[in-house]
Amino acid sequence: MKRLVKMNETYVFVVLALLCLLVQARSGQFFRVYNLIDLLVALIVPAMFALNTHVVIASGGIDVSFPCIASFCMYVVTRILQMIEYQGSVVLAFVMAAVIGAIMGALNGWLIASFRLPPLIVTLGTQSLFTGVLMGVLEAIEISGSKLPSCITSFGLQRLYETVNPENNIITYIPTSLLILVGAVIVTYVILKHTMFGRSIFAVGNDENAALRAGIPVKRIKIAVYCYAGLVAGVAGIVRMCITKFCHPTNLTGIEMEVIAAVVLGGTSIAGGKGSITGAMLGIALITVMSNSLLLLGIPVQWQTFCTGILIIFGTGLSAYQAMRAGKKLMRRTKIQPAEKPAAEGGQTA
Amino acid sequence: MLDYILRATDIEKHFVGVKALNKVHIEIRKGEIHCLAGENGSGKSTLIKVISGVHKSDGGVLEICGKQVSQLSPKEAMRSGIQVIYQDFSIFPGLTVKENIVFYYQTATGAKWINWKMIRGKAMETMALIGLHLDPDELVENLSVADKQMIAIARALVNDAKLIIMDEPTTALTHREVQNLFRVIKGLQERGIAILFVSHKIDEVFSISERFTILRNGENVVTGDTSELNRENFTSYMTGRQFERDSYVRDVTDNAVAMEVRNLSLKNGFEDISFQVRKGEILCIVGLLGSGRTELALSLFGIRPADKGSITVNEKTHAIRSVNAAMAAGIGYLPEDRLTEGLFLLRSIADNIIVSELDALTKGPGILDEKQCTAEVERWGKELAIATPNYGNAVQTLSGGNQQRVVLAKWLARDMEVLILNGPTVGVDIGSKHDIYHILEKLAAQDKAIIVISDDLPEVMMLCNHVMVMKDGRFIGDFDIGNITAEKIAVMVAGGEKYETMED
Repeated sequence: MKRLVKMNETYVFVVLALLCLLVQARSGQFFRVYNLIDLLVALIVPAMFALNTHVVIASGGIDVSFPCIASFCMYVVTRILQMIEYQGSVVLAFVMAAVIGAIMGALNGWLIASFRLPPLIVTLGTQSLFTGVLMGVLEAIEISGSKLPSCITSFGLQRLYETVNPENNIITYIPTSLLILVGAVIVTYVILKHTMFGRSIFAVGNDENAALRAGIPVKRIKIAVYCYAGLVAGVAGIVRMCITKFCHPTNLTGIEMEVIAAVVLGGTSIAGGKGSITGAMLGIALITVMSNSLLLLGIPVQWQTFCTGILIIFGTGLSAYQAMRAGKKLMRRTKIQPAEKPAAEGGQTA
Repeated sequence: MLDYILRATDIEKHFVGVKALNKVHIEIRKGEIHCLAGENGSGKSTLIKVISGVHKSDGGVLEICGKQVSQLSPKEAMRSGIQVIYQDFSIFPGLTVKENIVFYYQTATGAKWINWKMIRGKAMETMALIGLHLDPDELVENLSVADKQMIAIARALVNDAKLIIMDEPTTALTHREVQNLFRVIKGLQERGIAILFVSHKIDEVFSISERFTILRNGENVVTGDTSELNRENFTSYMTGRQFERDSYVRDVTDNAVAMEVRNLSLKNGFEDISFQVRKGEILCIVGLLGSGRTELALSLFGIRPADKGSITVNEKTHAIRSVNAAMAAGIGYLPEDRLTEGLFLLRSIADNIIVSELDALTKGPGILDEKQCTAEVERWGKELAIATPNYGNAVQTLSGGNQQRVVLAKWLARDMEVLILNGPTVGVDIGSKHDIYHILEKLAAQDKAIIVISDDLPEVMMLCNHVMVMKDGRFIGDFDIGNITAEKIAVMVAGGEKYETMED
């Protein structure tokens, strides 16, 4: 119980619940089924991005190239499927996207781990590189619904549950692609929590030198982390195309900062080595609910970014403040003591 | 035949241009507490790293449990039961207590999956062995330094250690924590685990170890039973006997006082410090870490302004509340850690030399005079014989001694009255050490006042006119260099009367 109070996740959850209640109180529409379904659908792709971002940040790195990887995979897979006039199952699309994404992620990881380059710079670079190849070499243009491969559109229409909004007779439904998110969450959770690989990610994020001394293959872990991030991003790209039913080469750009902020808001330490999937999911849920509910609150859409910004600054500020206080308390417990009683241990020479 | 857990013979290790270990040997018996002592730069850390497989030795033989090992990797060292507890403990602050304790075991067994039940059980079991009562689910970052150290010890135990190497384990501990640590160490010994205890604190060596090995300048000085050791020969083994080398002698009693400090105090730092330095004098302040010596230096330089007392430079009293004020008063400071505090490592040598006098090298408002800059850089580069092909190179490309010269140049260029040097020759090779002494002597001859903070006693004896001994934030001794011996200073610094209390 005491631990629950201390946990960042608890705070995010409370804020999220309060926000939901506030929106409900102001609009009376929040807890309507169609609104919840809309939110859930809007959450799927950002939540997958939050997953890969959580893994990367936990390893002590950062990745801003994942929206580009997602777009790249989305576009290239679509083009290949069009070319071969593919009529089979959607599984192939996901597998292809996963492989391409993993390769692109591996490039990030290789540059970062082998040349000890700063991850932000590397992924900023590859971000431009990937978009450049997509726009320049492949001359990507928007592909609209009717021209998409049939497996994509049909998977996009598959649903787990549907309901009709009685006011306007619009059908809202939970797409089957939700299961992909659920699967990704489970797999990532198991990897992070129950495999030595996952624990090593956290160890590397905590202290690279200590990880080396513990016999962890730090370089391999880092490459694997970015590889995994690319894989998830690639799959998320296809999921997005299935949900939106069109393929736009650049409209994911810019989402990376929001996702990173959400993950940090959820308690994943930006310095690495700390955080949980629960936190990351709550963080992204909070941001998504926020930006999707402002209209219900009667706040103009133009204010959306402003509110998100406020949330991020306060949220991350709070955890930074807590960390600072914890650090001070620790200092008081350890450092000051010898100064009060320095006679005892004779000190040491530097 | 005695049972050796580790036997290292004729170990050699070179780093670029420096011989860190020269035919060093050490033998550790099963279940003994062995103390490895030596001053900074004596090769202790290098030797540990060779034993634990972090560094490959360039020569010599390493035997573990009677078996000769040729290429030891950290993982193999761990597998053969050698565990190192580094000064930083190498723990993972963001992970829980239980996971930290069992982590090395996990990597050593090569497990792919995590069994949380096993981890919890093993962690609890191991903590019980050393009488540690911590919540296994607590994050390690929330623990005190002493508890973190216990976690590191527990971690070594899980891995079935036969030899635990502790690198200066008492550095950040309070007296009571040290005693607890010693109790735990004795407990480990009863389990037949050997401990290699690295320290240069005389009290600890006496109270905990049975045998000892002392290194100096990368060579063995002596190995033996601690019972045969006494305070005086320990000191001379540690420091060498070159005390009476040509010391710097200069009569300064008639010179004007350059800096006078009266009743200076800083809470949790030092109390009631008074002294004066004359022009041309080299004053040494000797004290251990935690004696308040660094705090004093920081206060004199305005980084941590003193609470009480006055500082007078050239008969003018200055309120030194900031670094700028200290610099304006004519005080220069060479910090303890030149790498993080004294240099801009990535910037060029030239930039580093002129950084403290930028305001004097301008033509027009805020525009640097390139010609003047180059002239300054060349002047000081030559003066201090900074060895580099190009002053445009980054400072980090230089050796320790040359880096220190750049820091010196930075202050010399500014032409200050009082120069405070905190550990000026730590991590500097012997040749450069003497060059730095020479530079300081030359400065003193030009009537600069110099304050050196050091615990390198031979250096103190050789360099200064006057010694102040600092302990527990106060000056406990004040001697002209002719009236004191290095041995006496060593005993004062270590606080001879304190070591009996360690026994209980």
